[in-house]
Amino acid sequence: MKKIEAVIKPFKLDDVKEALVSIGVHGMTITEVRGFGRQKGHTEVYRGAEYTVDFLPKVKIEMVVPEDLASKVAETICNAAKTGKIGDGKIFILPVEEVMRIRTGETGKDAL
Amino acid sequence: MISGADTAWLLVASALVMLMTPGLAFFYGGMVRSKNVLNTLFLSFIALAVITLEWVVIGYSMAFGRDIGGFIGGLNHLFLHGVGLTPSPNYASTVPVLVFMIFQMMFAIITPALISGALVERMKFSAYVWFILLWAILVYNPVCHWVWAKGGWLGKLGALDFAGGTVVHINAGISALIVALVLGKRKGYPSANFVPHNLTLTAIGAGLLWFGWFGFNAGSALGANQTAALAFVTTHIAAAAASFSWLMAEWIHVGKPSTLGAVSGLVAGLVAITPAAGFVSPIGAIFIGLGAGVICYISVLLKGKFGYDDSLDAFGVHGVGGIWGAIATGIFACHNATGLLSGNVHQFIVQVIAVAVSIVYAGFMTFVILKVIQAIIGLRVEAEEEVTGLDLTSHGETGYKLV
Repeated sequence: MKKIEAVIKPFKLDDVKEALVSIGVHGMTITEVRGFGRQKGHTEVYRGAEYTVDFLPKVKIEMVVPEDLASKVAETICNAAKTGKIGDGKIFILPVEEVMRIRTGETGKDAL
Repeated sequence: MISGADTAWLLVASALVMLMTPGLAFFYGGMVRSKNVLNTLFLSFIALAVITLEWVVIGYSMAFGRDIGGFIGGLNHLFLHGVGLTPSPNYASTVPVLVFMIFQMMFAIITPALISGALVERMKFSAYVWFILLWAILVYNPVCHWVWAKGGWLGKLGALDFAGGTVVHINAGISALIVALVLGKRKGYPSANFVPHNLTLTAIGAGLLWFGWFGFNAGSALGANQTAALAFVTTHIAAAAASFSWLMAEWIHVGKPSTLGAVSGLVAGLVAITPAAGFVSPIGAIFIGLGAGVICYISVLLKGKFGYDDSLDAFGVHGVGGIWGAIATGIFACHNATGLLSGNVHQFIVQVIAVAVSIVYAGFMTFVILKVIQAIIGLRVEAEEEVTGLDLTSHGETGYKLV
């Protein structure tokens, strides 16, 4: 099993979710996060005073999928979240040791 | 002789002015960081509690009691002694004097609350409560007497202040500047991020202020009459004009019109029209409003150059807007009074004198009051409390929770 973590532009969330559902991903968790990479921040002006906002709003999507689906999921997210402009985000793929469904106590692939 | 219409209007106007203090709380509350939102709201709400009691016990009497030498009211109305259901011969003689008393009370409440904009996110709560109490007694009550009481020396001199440009806004604005200077900057100012945490709250507050201001200004006619009608109209026009001119100035200067700019501008316009509302024409109100938006925008920009931390621009908007309004009253007055444009140079000079007197008096007294409180209990919270936020450290609460 693999965990996929993707940090994307917030307005791309719906596109990404629909693309993932269409390839058979049944669940995911999202968080509103803030961060920066090469895009850096932006400036905001309040009553003429300029503030640099370093951390921009992003959405982080997390899901755990069977080993064989991982690269397809990553590819799907990549296609759906791409705008071609700086700040599109990143995808991380991590190994997962074990999964347990709380309701039934099932483990492993059955719990996904 | 009691008039039902006048009594009804002044009761409604009192309620409208009361609503301005919560409005101010929201206006300010949205501009601070989320860790200080409750403390900032509280600084306005506590004025409703403390100044109401102060006004009943001694404030009304100091302001509107029997005149002593033009400088202060006597103690003949202590604990509202003699303030009942019959009209006063001296003030608003068509309503029960209790109605006049509570209408004036609402002004006494919001004035110190205005100052809180300069001291948010760092002042010790107990020091603030002492400050507004002493400030009400030593600054507000005397200046209110000078300008509005029968026998008050600035009123006798001929100073025009329809609804409180001098008594409320210059007084509060200058004091705000002194508080900002004595208290010092917030930790990290100006390099850290002091971005407003919730401008929707600020916009709601500005809307409530605009609504309440009809009571503030049109109520100051002290009756349901022609002057009230004029003040109502000029108030609205000036707010609109100033909102427009502030956002245009900002649009030209930084390239984008902002919501905060539009709502700051409307407040600046309301401040500036306050002394003038019942004395100027609707066209005069346009000029006063347009001027207020641009002048106050420039004054908040200058804060950055001077480096003092008037955190929410209580001086930049109320002090500067109040001074502009008081002087503009001496220029545009044409109803029940005349100004510079009607050839009355004397009126203009009297306005300048009244402005100068209140600046010097309020500034000096505020400094003294702060130094006394500083020596006895201190003014600022500990550095660690300031970083953690005043909501949690001063009140044991947080404004926003996940669950």
